[in-house]
Amino acid sequence: MFFANVIFLLLLNDLFLLAAPGVTWLIRLTAFQGVLLGSLLFDMDHALLGAAVLGIKGILLPVLLARTYKHIGRREKTRHLNHAIAVLMGVLGLVFSLWLENRMDLMPGLFPDLLFPAAITTLFCGLILVVGRATALSQVIGYLVAENGIFLLGAPLMAAGAIWFELALLLDIFVAVFVMGIAIGHIGEKFESMDTARFRSLRD
Amino acid sequence: MTEDFWIFPAQFLLSLLLAPFLTGIINRVKAIAAGRHGKPLLQCYYDIWRLCRKGEVISESASWPFLLGPSIVLGSGLLALAMLPLGGFASPLGFAGDFILAAYLLGLGRFALMLAALDTGSAFEGMGASREAAFGALAEPALFLAFLVLSSTCLDLGHYSTRQTGQAFSLGVMFHGQAALSWLHGKPELVIVPLALFILLLAENCRIPVDDPNTHLELTMIHEVMILDQSGPSLAMLIYAACLKLWFFAALVAALVVPPLPFWAGTGLWLFAVMVVGILVGIVESVMARLRMRRVPHLLGMACALAAFALILAQVS
Repeated sequence: MFFANVIFLLLLNDLFLLAAPGVTWLIRLTAFQGVLLGSLLFDMDHALLGAAVLGIKGILLPVLLARTYKHIGRREKTRHLNHAIAVLMGVLGLVFSLWLENRMDLMPGLFPDLLFPAAITTLFCGLILVVGRATALSQVIGYLVAENGIFLLGAPLMAAGAIWFELALLLDIFVAVFVMGIAIGHIGEKFESMDTARFRSLRD
Repeated sequence: MTEDFWIFPAQFLLSLLLAPFLTGIINRVKAIAAGRHGKPLLQCYYDIWRLCRKGEVISESASWPFLLGPSIVLGSGLLALAMLPLGGFASPLGFAGDFILAAYLLGLGRFALMLAALDTGSAFEGMGASREAAFGALAEPALFLAFLVLSSTCLDLGHYSTRQTGQAFSLGVMFHGQAALSWLHGKPELVIVPLALFILLLAENCRIPVDDPNTHLELTMIHEVMILDQSGPSLAMLIYAACLKLWFFAALVAALVVPPLPFWAGTGLWLFAVMVVGILVGIVESVMARLRMRRVPHLLGMACALAAFALILAQVS
C-alpha cells in the first residue's frame, strides 16, 4: 500500500513539475521527488542508499539549486512549451510507458506494479522540462528529474554490490549539479539573461 | 409508499432553498479576507426578491430566444440538479448513463443563455457568448473524464453483477460515497477527481481565476456580459439559475469527500462539505488574481490532463 501510494505521488509530482509556474516551485518539487525516491528505497530495504538519496536528492541538491537561483535573482519569463501542452505531453508519456511495459518482455515480478511506467514517465518529464523551459537552471532541474527516472529504473535491479555503484553515481550527479550551479552563477553574473535561446545570437 | 420516498424531494427542496446562500458565503469569505464587513449573507435572496417585483425592459431588437432564454436556463438547471444524488441519496430520476443527460442539460442551459445574449444584437454580448462557448467546450471533456474515472472505480469495486454493470454509469452510484473511502484503500487517483471538479466549478460558474463575478463593463467578463440586457424577473431567474449551477458543482465535489453515513449524519456532513467548498471558492477568489484570457484554456487543459491521468491510473490499478 505504501509503495503504491508513493508511486502515485511520484507520478503526480511529475505532472506538477511540468505545470510548475516558476523555478522556485521546480526546486521544491524536485526536493519532494528526492524524498519520494528515498522513501521508495527504504521500502525496498535499501536503507543506506535510501538515506543517501534522501540526503543528496532531497536536501543537498535542492539547497544548491536554490542558492544558485538566489544568486542569479532573476525570474524565468519565457518558456517554449506552455503549461497545458507540457502536462498533456506528460500524460501521453504515461500512456506510452504503459504501452511499452506491455510490449517489453520483462521478467515477471522484477518490477513492482507501476514502477516501470513511473520511471519511464519521470524520464520523459525530465526531457520535456529540458526541451520546454528556457533558462539554464530549469534545464538543469530537467536533467535531474530525468536522472531520477533512470535511477528508479535501476532500483529493482540492484544487488548487494550495486549499492556502491549507485552511491558513486550519486556523487557524480552531486558534482555535476555543483559545477553547473557554479557555471550558471557565473553566466548569471556576466550576462543579462540565462535564456538559452540567446546562445543562437552569440557573436564574436 | 416507504419513508425513503420523501428523503430525496426533501433534500432537493433544501438544495433549492440554500443555493443562493452559498453565494452569500463566498462573498462573506471574500469580504473577511479583504478586511471588510461585506454584504449580508442573505443578499442574494434580497436581490432575487427585489428583481421579481420589478418590471422588465426589453430591447426592440430582441425576439423570442431572448424572452425564452431565462426560463430554459432555469429549467435545465433545476432538472440537472434533480438528477444528482444529494447527501448520498440517489435521485429517483436516475438511470444508467444519466450523467450524460445531466451534463447536456447544463449544456442546454448554456446554449439558451448564449442564444439570448446573441439575440440582443449587441456586439458586447456576442463577445461574451463566444467566450462562454469556447470555455464550455474545453470544460466538457474534463467533466466527462472525471465521471468516467468514478464509474470505472465503481466497476472495479465490483458491487454489481454483470447484469447490473450499467448501474455503475449512473450518478447515484458514482456519487454514493465509495470514492470518499476507497482513495484510502489503494485507489489514490480518486484524490485528483475532486481537484479537477473544483477547477471546473471555478470555470463553469465564472469565478476567479476565470472570470470575476463582481466586475461590470470590463472587456474580460463572460457570464455577466451575457445577462447585461436582462432585467426584472428574467434577471432574477438567471441569477437563481447561476446559484443552482454553483450548488450543482459544489455538491459534486462534496459528494466525493463524504463517506456513506446514516441519513441525518450523511445529510449534515454533506451540507457542511458544500459550505466548505463555498469557503474554499472564497479563499481562492481572495488570494488569486484573474488569469489573462488566453491563459484560461491552459487552466482547463490542466483539469483535462489531471482527469485523464486519474482515468489512466484507474484503468491500470
